[in-house]
Amino acid sequence: MVIPGPLQPFAGDAPVLEVDVEGPVSVRELLDVMGHEYRVFNRRIRDERGVVRRYVNLYVAGQDVRQLGGLDAMVQPGDEVLIIASVAGG
Amino acid sequence: MNTKQTMLLAVGTKKGLWLGTSTDRQAWTFTGPHFLMHEIPSIGIDTRDGKTRILVGVRSEHWGPTVVHSDDLGATWSEPESGAIVFPPDTDAALARVWQLQPDTQDRPGVVWAGAEPISLWRSDDGGSHFELNRGLWDHPHRTEWAEGYGGGAIHSVLPSPTEDTIHVAMSTGGVYRSDDGGASWIPRNVGISAGFDPDPSPEFGQCVHKIARDAQEPHRLFAQNHGGVYRSDDNADTWVSIAEGLPADFGFVMLAHPRRSNTAWVIPIKADVERIPPEAKLAVHRSDDAGGTWTRLDVGLPESEYNVVLRDAAAVDTAEPVGVYFGTRGGSVYASANEGTEFTEVLSHLPDVLCVRAAVVVA
Repeated sequence: MVIPGPLQPFAGDAPVLEVDVEGPVSVRELLDVMGHEYRVFNRRIRDERGVVRRYVNLYVAGQDVRQLGGLDAMVQPGDEVLIIASVAGG
Repeated sequence: MNTKQTMLLAVGTKKGLWLGTSTDRQAWTFTGPHFLMHEIPSIGIDTRDGKTRILVGVRSEHWGPTVVHSDDLGATWSEPESGAIVFPPDTDAALARVWQLQPDTQDRPGVVWAGAEPISLWRSDDGGSHFELNRGLWDHPHRTEWAEGYGGGAIHSVLPSPTEDTIHVAMSTGGVYRSDDGGASWIPRNVGISAGFDPDPSPEFGQCVHKIARDAQEPHRLFAQNHGGVYRSDDNADTWVSIAEGLPADFGFVMLAHPRRSNTAWVIPIKADVERIPPEAKLAVHRSDDAGGTWTRLDVGLPESEYNVVLRDAAAVDTAEPVGVYFGTRGGSVYASANEGTEFTEVLSHLPDVLCVRAAVVVA
């Protein structure tokens, strides 16, 4: 999982994290695993309902998860998950 | 002001927080921006028990809202891992922005109130580390009829009474509500406050009250700056009367009350709802020393021309003698007065839009 700079202090100060899970998992399950260890990081990505924040984009193997079924999109072993802040603000 | 005292001035903007200290309220030393590129819509400075805790509502357009606090005047910040304000699962709601962080009175140490968006009231009993949703207001049958103003829907004023279990809150839009049982139940208290934007100009609730303040000596006396209208209540908000006469305009966002002296309040008028600039583009604070009977224009030290407005929480008073008055504009200027508004000095300029200003005498 590739972590954007502003979130790295909340995710072990690492630009890339390898998440150890068994077999294909959904993006939701992947974030749950991450969120269990890095709770502030989790709140930056998702609100308390578990909804991904409006201006946070997640990509699995280069594809926007919003076009893959949202958090139900599947992540295969070895896939790269990108977290990218969308263009917003003034 | 005692020469050994330090004044803390906290300025929250659309893109960060600035913290200033001064021992004479003339020369200021600022640090910042803290939380660069984060909106700071709310600040609370808790000086009870001889300690200073700065509470800050922080919001990122990307990464969402949170509440942090500092016990060392901003040198370091703490954020509870699980979040200070988190909507319970059964509400199916998510925190959007913290609009108000208000320490309770001296007699209730540790209690801090928060007003938030979506419209909700929160109480902390541990100094602001963790808050609990006030169910009395969240479950109020009126809640589904409260609406969002342009800036969002939120509780922006929380006034716990120093003498009884009464709490007043104000929300945009919804108006003023009062609890007489510490927050268990709430009743609308808007009789006399207009809702000029509504087909019914005098509804039971639904007013867009912009800010309320409590008189220092008479807990049942309150002042309100409405979305069109300036009011006073002498009966614990049961009824309100206009005190707008003598002001250049009755629109505005700010309402401040003196921390010790009765009947003294400050407003910063804006020309009108549809023309949001200072009247005649001349920025001025107005102070009343007779509970709104008359108003004194205060503009010494303020610019000749100003087209930016002052938002509801972008103004504050301190507790020194004489009382200091502070405010910031959407143009990023911050003005300070060490003599109740008689003279102002620009202490910061060219900041992002100023959203929140707070000042307090602190232990440095």
